Amino acid sequence: MLIITCPWCGPRHQTEFSYGGEAHIVRPPNPDALTDAQWADYLFMRKNPKGRHLEQWGHTYGCRRWFNVERDTVTYRIKSVYKPGEKPPETES
Amino acid sequence: MSRRTPAGGRIDRSRAISFVFNGRPYQGLAGDTLASALLANGVTLVARSWKYHRPRGIVSAGVEEPNAIVQLESGAHTVPNARATEVQLYDGLIAHSVNCWPGPRFDFMAAARFFSGLMPAGFYYKTFMWPKSFWMKYEHFIRRTSGLGESPAQPDADSYDRTHAYCDVLIAGGGPAGLSAAVAACRAGARVIIADEQIEFGGTLLSKAAGTSTRINRETPSAWLAKALEELHAMPNVRMLPRSTVFGYHDENYLTIVERRTDHLPPRDRKGSRERVWRVRAKQVVLATGAMERPLVFGNNDRPGVMLASAARTYVNRYGVQLASSAVVFTNNDAAYRVAIDLARAGIRVAAIVDSRTAPSGAMPRQVRDAGIDVIDNAVVVDTRGGRELASVTVMRRSGGALTGPASVIDCDLLAVSGGFSPVVHLHAQSGARSRFDDARACFVPGASVQQERSAGGCNGVFTLVACMAEGTAAGVEAARLAGFDGAPTVAPEVVSDGPTDLALEPLWLVPSPKGEGRGPKQFVDFQNDVTAADIMLAAREGYRSIEHVKRYTALGFGTDQGKLGNINGMAILARALGQDLASTGTTTFRPNYTPVTFGAIAGRELGELFDPIRKTALHEWHVEHGAEFENVGQWKRPWYFPKLGETMHQAVRRECIAARNGVAMMDASTLGKIDIKGPDAAKFLNLVYTNAWLKLAVGRCRYGLMLDENGMVMDDGVTTRLGEHHFLMTTTTGGAARVTAWLERWLQTEWPHLKVFLTSVTDHWVTAAVVGPKCRAVLKAVCNDIDFSPPAFPFMSYRAGTVAGVAARVMRISFSGELAYEVNVPANMARHVWEALMAAGAPYEITPYGTETMHVLRAEKGYIIVGQDTDGSVTPIDLGMDWIVSKDKDFIGRRSLFRSDTARNDRKQLVGLLTDEPNVVLPEGAQLVTDPKAPIPVPMVGHVTSSYDSAALGRSIALALVKGGASRMGEVLHAPLADGRVIRARVASAVFVDPEGARQNA
Repeated sequence: MLIITCPWCGPRHQTEFSYGGEAHIVRPPNPDALTDAQWADYLFMRKNPKGRHLEQWGHTYGCRRWFNVERDTVTYRIKSVYKPGEKPPETES
Repeated sequence: MSRRTPAGGRIDRSRAISFVFNGRPYQGLAGDTLASALLANGVTLVARSWKYHRPRGIVSAGVEEPNAIVQLESGAHTVPNARATEVQLYDGLIAHSVNCWPGPRFDFMAAARFFSGLMPAGFYYKTFMWPKSFWMKYEHFIRRTSGLGESPAQPDADSYDRTHAYCDVLIAGGGPAGLSAAVAACRAGARVIIADEQIEFGGTLLSKAAGTSTRINRETPSAWLAKALEELHAMPNVRMLPRSTVFGYHDENYLTIVERRTDHLPPRDRKGSRERVWRVRAKQVVLATGAMERPLVFGNNDRPGVMLASAARTYVNRYGVQLASSAVVFTNNDAAYRVAIDLARAGIRVAAIVDSRTAPSGAMPRQVRDAGIDVIDNAVVVDTRGGRELASVTVMRRSGGALTGPASVIDCDLLAVSGGFSPVVHLHAQSGARSRFDDARACFVPGASVQQERSAGGCNGVFTLVACMAEGTAAGVEAARLAGFDGAPTVAPEVVSDGPTDLALEPLWLVPSPKGEGRGPKQFVDFQNDVTAADIMLAAREGYRSIEHVKRYTALGFGTDQGKLGNINGMAILARALGQDLASTGTTTFRPNYTPVTFGAIAGRELGELFDPIRKTALHEWHVEHGAEFENVGQWKRPWYFPKLGETMHQAVRRECIAARNGVAMMDASTLGKIDIKGPDAAKFLNLVYTNAWLKLAVGRCRYGLMLDENGMVMDDGVTTRLGEHHFLMTTTTGGAARVTAWLERWLQTEWPHLKVFLTSVTDHWVTAAVVGPKCRAVLKAVCNDIDFSPPAFPFMSYRAGTVAGVAARVMRISFSGELAYEVNVPANMARHVWEALMAAGAPYEITPYGTETMHVLRAEKGYIIVGQDTDGSVTPIDLGMDWIVSKDKDFIGRRSLFRSDTARNDRKQLVGLLTDEPNVVLPEGAQLVTDPKAPIPVPMVGHVTSSYDSAALGRSIALALVKGGASRMGEVLHAPLADGRVIRARVASAVFVDPEGARQNA
């Protein structure tokens, strides 16, 4: 079970959190302007990287706030957490 | 007949303990395991093997035991598949062998072994594949003949619990390495938890002979052990868990331990929980799980009397069992020489040591030779003889790896075997690290750590006492230091050992068969599953390359021991057959749990009424007092219906429905989710999350809303009231409250953080009484005089604040029944007072409390959906015929999806009404609908019934259904073929059965 550091509450057990999938998917400002394929891309298509993944977690059984996590999908290591609206950390070379 | 050594051991010779095995009474001693007690009674045959039903005896003295699997006790206390080697003997213990009937001495299925030549690897796969339809019949027979223990038929009489703990250093294993680590870490000041699976701490120290010359800090092993334990027990910062197995190593040093609290006691003396699962988050972990001895693979190596050398030593030294009168030791390393000496010291004649190595020349072999024991080097045991008990072994010399005759036969009733040792790397592997094959030591050893852990002692491939205690101490010091405790480091104990300083092992994975490879007597690799060396070679010949596939094809390592004993030999045999080395063959995956964990321990206290929280409304006790039957809705207990004396459910619901349609009735609607929405952008936000328009809703007005997910599918609905310019009260479905709140929060926080909107869940703060029916206005007027209830002053779908029965209340004129209705919301603490005032005011009109069943009938008569019953996550508002609520002038969540090619199809399943030809027949909910019941199978399904009731108002049954292209099928006849053979005809109709114009609710 992971330990996840909520940016507002600090380190807590994974059981307090909900997983929210890939982060930084922006809702298209004008959905009507999109083709079915473009809309489907927003709706369904997700990255499935081996390695670094930027994802959303919510502190459901805590402060109930959502934030972003940079996690390695192979080792499960969490490299960083950052608040909504903040830029993801630079990728290491 | 007791076979005990004259003295010594850790058993209490003054305390006899009675037990029953396979129906016969025996006596053991306090301190015995079931296995040692059986051996002390001369019971060598304890089981039959799975496939061939061959006689089997006790092989090991620990968790790796493949044969001595027993069913303990009976009834509610029965435990299937217990390993006799781990069962602590207690007075009155009752056990019997599994997988043999009527018993291991005369086994009905033993005839199977005469056909064993016909049962190669993959036998079941190959034989029972054809004809396919026969598998069910074969399986029934196979399951009966090959099986382990029986699952308990009665509810578990025991209780189980769980606890969470944090520590600086967790130590798995309490042998010499683990105890050394514990002493070092404790002295440094770290908070330590040390767990050991045995009843006593000490590990291999417990198996030292009474007269051993081994000294730790100049004391005997037992004296050192007693002092170390005394020191640890006196420390406030250590928690010692005996009879506790660390069975799982998860992410971020999260480990799970199962503590067996009462199994060692007679059932009548057991108090409190039987097992406790510890969930431990440790800063640092020391793995000191030891090593397991490997068996050797040779002909008939499964005969009772063939035992691991270390196990033989444990039975003789620790349990004082006079194992045999004459023994042969078969080894490829020096450790078994120590065993030979201990056996001889206990009075067992050691007829010979058969050593596969060319020239064993270490100190131990010399000592043994000096003691006059015959050492036959460069030799192997190729076969054993005897019936159900070992009588002799056949030995052949080797030259350059090949057998050279002649064969000699040595009489013995014990063959102690040692193929070297396998470090218990299971927890290391579970932590995510990889083990690597060490050629010099011929075993898998831990590789680089990926978590905060280190291995010490046997599990690290270190097999001498000196090195184990040095490594353990160093690991304890290091773990404490990394956890932040830098004291003066503890120095490792000074150890003088009577064991070998070096195993000097030469690998021997498979003894050649005198009759050629794969021929001659069976050479067992996995005892429990009867996997032989020939099976593995056959798998390789048939093209299996991956160890994971060979495992599944041959069942290698499938048993309760999970390959602890035999897998390494199997992997080596496969490696040789494939012409590759062991390192590239690799191991199968080590997964939690290390040893089996009971379902009881996993469930803990989360059973019965503690399984899930139960939510009750503030009016619950009133409902109970008035005879309500309850229904579970999510976690809520909701009144289902209120039967009067002698009434059936159908009669009660009918009465309640009639009251609501003709008089007045009242329902507790408090469980509907309530979300208080505040902020200047609240209306804008509602506009985004609901399909209809909200900006122009006037203060004091209510509006029904349909919420979609981004796929355009209906996810929730409810009425929202505008309490003020920037203040709304949203209601959600009972089951959807938490989900909807979380959903709205997420959009606000992640997508629209610029919107100034604040959400608060107020579901539990307010109690809601729905007062329903043509006479409800009179009831409200009687308890509230500051609201004008006249229709023009308080129209349908509007809200007024007022005082009801003296309590400040929010009154909404909304209806889920199609009748004139008001919902009275008051603070939860005033619930009963207001509810009883309404009941009193309604008495002249025979006000009738009603439950969810009546609510369902009333709403279905109006064609109102229940999200989650009439929808299933694949239904759009258009499918529901609710186009009217979908705004064309604004964006909202899910809108774009309604125009995707699939969602825009006009032959999707659509909500319609169904009227059966027979008015008194009520369709079952979930019934499938077809156009032609006589169509050949598979009959095309065109839809299914979602809601179905007997309607008192209509005097007939009604149903709602989702039907493909339903909107264009009005009047069409559909059929519902039922499981009982009936086929029910029904006609597609409008989903609104009562008052389509809405005159009643607007009255």
